[in-house]
Amino acid sequence: MAAAILRRVTHTTAAAAAAATPRVSPLPLLARGISDSTDTITVETSVPFMNHIVDPPSRSVTTTPHELLTFFRDMSVMRRSEIAADSLYKSKLIRGFCHLYDGQEAVAVGMEAAITRRDAIITAYRDHCLYLARGGDLVSAFAELMGRRDGCSRGKGGSMHFYKRDANFFGGHGIVGAQVPLGCGIAFAQRYRKEGTVTFDLYGDGAANQGQLFEALNMAALWKLPVILVCENNHYGMGTAEWKASKSPAYYKRGDYVPGLKVDGMDVLAVKQACKFAKDHALENGPIILEMDTYRYHGHSMSDPGSTYRTRDEIAGIRQERDPIERVKKLILAHDFATAQELKDMEKEIRKQVDDAIAKAKESPMPDASELFTNVYVNDCGLESFGVDRKVLRTVLP
Amino acid sequence: MFEALREALIEEMKLDPTVCVMGEDVGHYGGSYKVTKGLAEMFGDLRVLDTPIAENSFTGMGIGAAMKGLRPVVEGMNMGFLLLAYNQISNNCGMLHYTSGGQFKIPIVIRGPGGVGRQLGAEHSQRLESYFQSIPGLQMVACSTPYNAKGLMKAAIRSENPVVLFEHVLLYNMKEKIPDEEYICCLEEAEMVRPGEHVTILTYSRMRYHVMQAAKTLVNKGYDPEVIDIRSLKPFDLHTIGNSIKKTHRVLIVEECMRTGGIGASLRSAIIDNFWDYLDAPIMCLSSQDVPTPYAATLEDATVVQPAQIVAAVEQICQ
Repeated sequence: MAAAILRRVTHTTAAAAAAATPRVSPLPLLARGISDSTDTITVETSVPFMNHIVDPPSRSVTTTPHELLTFFRDMSVMRRSEIAADSLYKSKLIRGFCHLYDGQEAVAVGMEAAITRRDAIITAYRDHCLYLARGGDLVSAFAELMGRRDGCSRGKGGSMHFYKRDANFFGGHGIVGAQVPLGCGIAFAQRYRKEGTVTFDLYGDGAANQGQLFEALNMAALWKLPVILVCENNHYGMGTAEWKASKSPAYYKRGDYVPGLKVDGMDVLAVKQACKFAKDHALENGPIILEMDTYRYHGHSMSDPGSTYRTRDEIAGIRQERDPIERVKKLILAHDFATAQELKDMEKEIRKQVDDAIAKAKESPMPDASELFTNVYVNDCGLESFGVDRKVLRTVLP
Repeated sequence: MFEALREALIEEMKLDPTVCVMGEDVGHYGGSYKVTKGLAEMFGDLRVLDTPIAENSFTGMGIGAAMKGLRPVVEGMNMGFLLLAYNQISNNCGMLHYTSGGQFKIPIVIRGPGGVGRQLGAEHSQRLESYFQSIPGLQMVACSTPYNAKGLMKAAIRSENPVVLFEHVLLYNMKEKIPDEEYICCLEEAEMVRPGEHVTILTYSRMRYHVMQAAKTLVNKGYDPEVIDIRSLKPFDLHTIGNSIKKTHRVLIVEECMRTGGIGASLRSAIIDNFWDYLDAPIMCLSSQDVPTPYAATLEDATVVQPAQIVAAVEQICQ
């Protein structure tokens, strides 16, 4: 279906008609595809960038119909998945902590559009959509959420521990703030090996008050590490509003000697522009802070209704005015890159895709009992023991 | 010993370009105990990184770099400072291999001097073996001679697992002739220091020297103690230890850890679980007192186990 829309788009442009033949195979679900349409459009971001000791990038962002449709698709998959996860949690198939990302999709999708898979991303526990953006597949995501064998961490990590090493996605961390030094370490390794890549180190407005963040920022600035600290400011640290937790909620300014930008995190094109700018900056000059002004519709996690510390009107208002998917939809319809019916059909297809993935994930069995002891150490060194008295082992590690 | 550790570092850094060192004053100052003296001049500022005083985050950085494929050696200027990095060591270092389902390995070495020194005060005389021992996924070793310091350092750097290497403040100036050829010590093996028949004395790090001093007195009194330096604090080398117990049937553990929740406590229960039938006497464990280390010299000496106490304990066991 989506492929059909894209074929139609390429046909309507004169240049493309003479150019490459339309692709027959459908796009992989979260591809950041190379547009074969030479038709670019320029869009203004919703608000100008606010800046701290650096000149901001331009408000005008170029994009293509292909890219916008990919954004729409990717964000819709994420939205649908998070809502499906909500139902799975309520039917007790997902247990423990489950932190949902719906409302914040533009950050994940815009960031991915600005970088390559050789760049690294690390975040805390609101990681399902980042995993999907990095190329993680739906089945392994849902299987991990349900603790099944085919999960991305073999069922042993859970919602807060999604990783994808081959896509340089470093997780997935339960203790917020601890991932910030880890991200600086990844950037250190990138600089050490002269890779020419960067690390996007994500944290929230709550974790922005962790001391280790400032420690890591100091070191990153000292050694000009190619790290971009991204504060996903959804304005609430669990139940605490940002103005109650932070003396200075201008997170982009808190770097002091480190430059910062404040970005409308609900505008995927603004996110893409800022991330591109930040990557170039980090490779030249070292760390930069991006504050993404975003919002989560769900509560902090599934155990939080999300309405005791904010009003339903506020949530509904943001959904009305700033929803990232609606924004892209309006843009697509305004430029006639697809009809409303086609988009609706895309959404239906995505819904089916997600439901199919959940069904497949449900079929995956629980991990084998021997998995309790695997992966504690990398290899067993040929010995048969784990715990201190060497008696705990049941299987030999791979 | 500091030269042995340095040699090991130099050899490994020459062999493998991904090995790097980070810590406070390791670079241009040469390390507060001279373990990294000259390394910055040899390998450059990036490979021998002088960090600010931020243990939590530079340990985290080392772990992140290890996730991305480097092999950092993180130095805590004093082991006690690494308590500030406990979250990183426990959650990220020890557990990441497991929670990622085997995707990431953390081949990091975390090292530093610990133990009771010469009147350094309570906060600079900490023994962290007991705090780290229950972290799953970590390996712990304690070196005690220049020979095993070099061998264990090399093995720790080459290991794919995160290893905590415990050095001791008072042992850095120890001298010994070590081989010119390359050698490595096995991380999980204990070291037979003195074979004997009457009692198995299990010890590690600085207490090895107190035990050997006591052994001289014991030999004069007619006893024949078997002294084993366990070296591997996690996991224990129950093979060597077990064979010894099967021979002597009596065990004395001498450690510098606190009595509560220390290495001796775990070792004792491991021996009881596995070798109960071979014991002719209750296992005795001599540990440091459960007090903050005092400054006064006489009080500090009373905090740790002294050779006289070891002699008395052996006499009691062998009755």
